Amino acid sequence: MLRIDCPWCGPRDMVEFTYVGDGTLRRPEIGAEDGHFDYVYLRDNPKGPHVEIWRHGVGCRRHVAVTRDTATHEMLATGKPGEGAS
Amino acid sequence: MGEYSVWSVLRGGLTGQTHWKRAWRDPDPKPAYDAIIVGGGGHGLATAFYLAKLHGMTNIAVLEKGWVGGGNTGRNTTIVRSNYMLEGNAHFYEKSLQLWEGLSQELNYNVMFSQRGVLNLAHSDAQMDGYARRGNAMRLNGIDAELLTREQVRAWAPMCDFSERARFPIHGGLLQPRGGTARHDAVAWGFARAADRLGVDIIQNCEVTGIDVVEGRVTGVQTSRGPIKAKKVGLAVAGHTTQLAQMAGLRLPIESHLLQAMVSEPLKPWIDCVVTFGAGHFYISQSDKGGLVFGGDLDGYNSFAQRGNLPMVEHVVQCGVALMPSLKRLRLLRHWGGVMDMTMDGSPIIGKTPVEGLYLNGGWCYGGFKATPGSGWVFAYTMAQDRPHELNAALSLDRFERGAVLDERGAGPTPGWH
Repeated sequence: MLRIDCPWCGPRDMVEFTYVGDGTLRRPEIGAEDGHFDYVYLRDNPKGPHVEIWRHGVGCRRHVAVTRDTATHEMLATGKPGEGAS
Repeated sequence: MGEYSVWSVLRGGLTGQTHWKRAWRDPDPKPAYDAIIVGGGGHGLATAFYLAKLHGMTNIAVLEKGWVGGGNTGRNTTIVRSNYMLEGNAHFYEKSLQLWEGLSQELNYNVMFSQRGVLNLAHSDAQMDGYARRGNAMRLNGIDAELLTREQVRAWAPMCDFSERARFPIHGGLLQPRGGTARHDAVAWGFARAADRLGVDIIQNCEVTGIDVVEGRVTGVQTSRGPIKAKKVGLAVAGHTTQLAQMAGLRLPIESHLLQAMVSEPLKPWIDCVVTFGAGHFYISQSDKGGLVFGGDLDGYNSFAQRGNLPMVEHVVQCGVALMPSLKRLRLLRHWGGVMDMTMDGSPIIGKTPVEGLYLNGGWCYGGFKATPGSGWVFAYTMAQDRPHELNAALSLDRFERGAVLDERGAGPTPGWH
């Protein structure tokens, strides 16, 4: 069982969370001509540290930024989205 | 090497089984080939076989970083079917199923293809309507499909819960009688042996570490056993598709996810078809050794670890027990995880890339095994002719940019949901 250190609730089992996805994506500005295809479809998909968003649905119901190693499942850091881990 | 036949078996019986030779050579890589296929799994080996057999390209090599069939080819639940609804998928998978039907003869290798039927269960009227729609679409495409009533399902799969207490009562099901299972390792070995006999070099323990691209054209690959030149390079590496593509500067619409599968202790014959649960994600069949082979959802997060976590094991087993309560008395013998290259629409990518001479066969999500011969067949065509066959035209890499996605499940661009 993986454990995620929620910045609001403390360490909790992964089953309380839902995986949202890649935390490095930035939505293009409204009205921007380019960037939507990259944002919606393309991913770096790293083998190693991956910055990602999990949602603490059975806890505080907030988004948590997690840096996790996709090759080992090791949790490297957690934080609030937009700060530190992301 | 010789042809496998009843005569060779009899002769072997009389000569102390001394007639067996290794099934394929173990050559050192040559400095250059006409084409290189990266990935010695079912898809890569099938591609090499059809390139040599149908397109006359025999000066080719398959590069495998580990051993033949050691990746997802040897890690799946061996289900073969072509029960797809969308036009761009249906004909491709049906072609693959037709190739399966003659594969053991074609390869002179018993892949133990067993057309025992694939039965998808429905647990609501709406689901029955959905299956009727899919079954009709399949039949219009010339693919076999039968809509079964609850009583017909009971005859096919009596071990399912038909009691009053069933958590998700069975309303009926959609059956593809020509679907079934095959022996996954034999598929890799059979294609390897057949390709080798046509002159293909299968080079194991040879990891590709770089792809050489000069002015937008591929010129060869760098490997752990030295550089190899080739004007055509095909990638067929499943879970590590994005890693390989990155070597050529490509960013793909793929995330690698984790899928687990499980096998129970062996039983006497208990279930003689493939059954899938319709109220959760669970599919089960019985191997010839007697073990119940089953699996379910992805773990849900990006992973290259090739091992899963227990919450998903529990979830899959809960689905299984809800469908077939007698499963709960069994012990799990083993379970394992594999890396799935999940695309943004749940359908695979087979075709050309923006790099001239570089071809991509990947994004199989967790449905690659059934496609093995068809995938090799169309990928060989694509590599030899430098253009997709009409059967894989809809599976092109640029479909995402064009908005022509093939989202069989309608889940949207979230790889973990397909």
